[in-house]
Amino acid sequence: MTDVAIRPPAAQAVPLTLRLAVRDIGGITRRNLLRIIRTPQLLFMSIVQPTIILLLFRYVLGGAIRVPGLDYVNYVVPGIFLEAVLIGGMTTALALAQDLQAGIVDRFRSLPMARPAFLAGRTLADLCRSVVALAFIIGLGLGVGFRFHDNAGKCLAGVALIIAFGYAFSWVYAAIGLAVKDPQTAQMAAILPMFILFFASSALVPVSTMPGWLQTFAQNQPATVTINAVRALFEGGPAYHDLWQAALWCAGIFAVFLAISLNLYRKATA
Amino acid sequence: MNAAIDVESITKRFGGTLALSDVSFSVQQGDVLALLGPNGAGKTTLIRVLTTLLVADSGRARVAGLDVRKDARAIRSLIGLAGQYATVDELLTGRENLELIGLLYHLDKAVYRDRAQDALERMSLTGAGDNQVKTYSGGMRRRLDLAASLIGRPPVLFLDEPTTGLDPRTRNDLWQFITDLVAQGTTVLLTTQYMEEAEHLAQAIVVLDAGRVAAQGTADELKDQLGGNVLEVQVTKRADLDKAASLIADLASAPPRLDTGLNRITLPVQGGARVLIAAGRALDDAGVELEDLGIRRPSLDDVFLAITGHPAAPGDDAGQGSHSPEAVR
Repeated sequence: MTDVAIRPPAAQAVPLTLRLAVRDIGGITRRNLLRIIRTPQLLFMSIVQPTIILLLFRYVLGGAIRVPGLDYVNYVVPGIFLEAVLIGGMTTALALAQDLQAGIVDRFRSLPMARPAFLAGRTLADLCRSVVALAFIIGLGLGVGFRFHDNAGKCLAGVALIIAFGYAFSWVYAAIGLAVKDPQTAQMAAILPMFILFFASSALVPVSTMPGWLQTFAQNQPATVTINAVRALFEGGPAYHDLWQAALWCAGIFAVFLAISLNLYRKATA
Repeated sequence: MNAAIDVESITKRFGGTLALSDVSFSVQQGDVLALLGPNGAGKTTLIRVLTTLLVADSGRARVAGLDVRKDARAIRSLIGLAGQYATVDELLTGRENLELIGLLYHLDKAVYRDRAQDALERMSLTGAGDNQVKTYSGGMRRRLDLAASLIGRPPVLFLDEPTTGLDPRTRNDLWQFITDLVAQGTTVLLTTQYMEEAEHLAQAIVVLDAGRVAAQGTADELKDQLGGNVLEVQVTKRADLDKAASLIADLASAPPRLDTGLNRITLPVQGGARVLIAAGRALDDAGVELEDLGIRRPSLDDVFLAITGHPAAPGDDAGQGSHSPEAVR
């Protein structure tokens, strides 16, 4: 340790360009992907949870649920797809809270990197994990009798919409993780929006079976709109109306929670 | 030559707590300045202000000639920060950690790969470079953390309690390493609770207490501030401690420190042998049994106590005269 070859000065502040910012995002994403790969148990759990929900509603409860004009398996599985990306996003909240607590955020914030890259790299890595989980659940769905009925283009569009919703929502989880700063609390807090949006939606049962006061919420909330659009894309029904609403919701959630998360990150002093 | 770090009247509040109050000092390029103070003195808060992690409520600070508020991003290219808690990623390997930091310093890939390899060799981590950090010992993590802060070859380095919790050998290695860095022109601001560390490494010392600069100067200047000597009395029986303290209280030039663990009284005094004899006579006349009696030059610990009214490091009350990291571990 005694033979040092460090010549200090000469360091120059390089102006931050878009290219460097993208490179920063790439570096952070890679770091988080390595973390995901090295904690396979977390990836496993984010697949087990939607698997259980899927099997539960396909085989245990599904027999008692009738929906007009559709096999229940084809009704419920697109909803589970959405649940798979929602549950995956929860780890965004957990991971950010962990980073804040570990103090590694201080190191990143003391570097000349583009600061938003820390959050973008987090959500992008989690997006990759969500896609893996979604691929597995789609395979499982096909295994238990779910079928795509429209052309490949529309079905891919449906899958893309699910992924877009999951990504937009990962910024909600990012905001939660940055706001609560404590991993355990983050995990608990992140379950809430998932529960409300998933269960009080058209994912599992038609909204028309709910009491009137709840219908108003359930009919218009983002998860219902997105699931309806996805179902229509998979089944070949009229998708246009739900589709643009879902796209607006995704864009809105993304924009609002991106701004909130960036602001929270700026102030983060864990 | 401009100061590498220049702090002017920095004040920072957290709610109702005044974390930093009108703090001013400067560090010349190529010097080491030690921020000395107990937990909660504001050391870390000040480091956070200077490393652009936290914005002060008022005052000005310049690092490498740049304003921490206006030129925050430019400063980040010119500083390195190693934290009290080794802020490296547990699940990444040592090399992956260093390369990521290099990338985020916006170094070219070839450059940061070379420097990561260099740093691993320099920190004796070559063998463990491709293992995940979670398999590292505390000392290895600290070395990796320091290596990470140096990947950008920063002219100004901030070390927040760099040796807290390290064993003496690793601590000495780090001291040597910091000394070498400074010899090559790096400016270092480090925080510490250990007098020995400040005395060993730093040209200048700023004593921070409850957010204020309680004193600043070189180690010798601070000792001269106290003046005189320190009388140490160790009694055989604990019961005699208070009695002995009151017997010699007249000789004191500052309040005494009682160590109930070692049955020892430490007393700043003016004068030398005459005071020692007077103390010996008074104690002997009163029949106090003595284990030890002596007079010595003040240590930085005594200075700290005199300035702030309480010891620097936790556990000082039960410690010995000089407080090395291992004594507190």
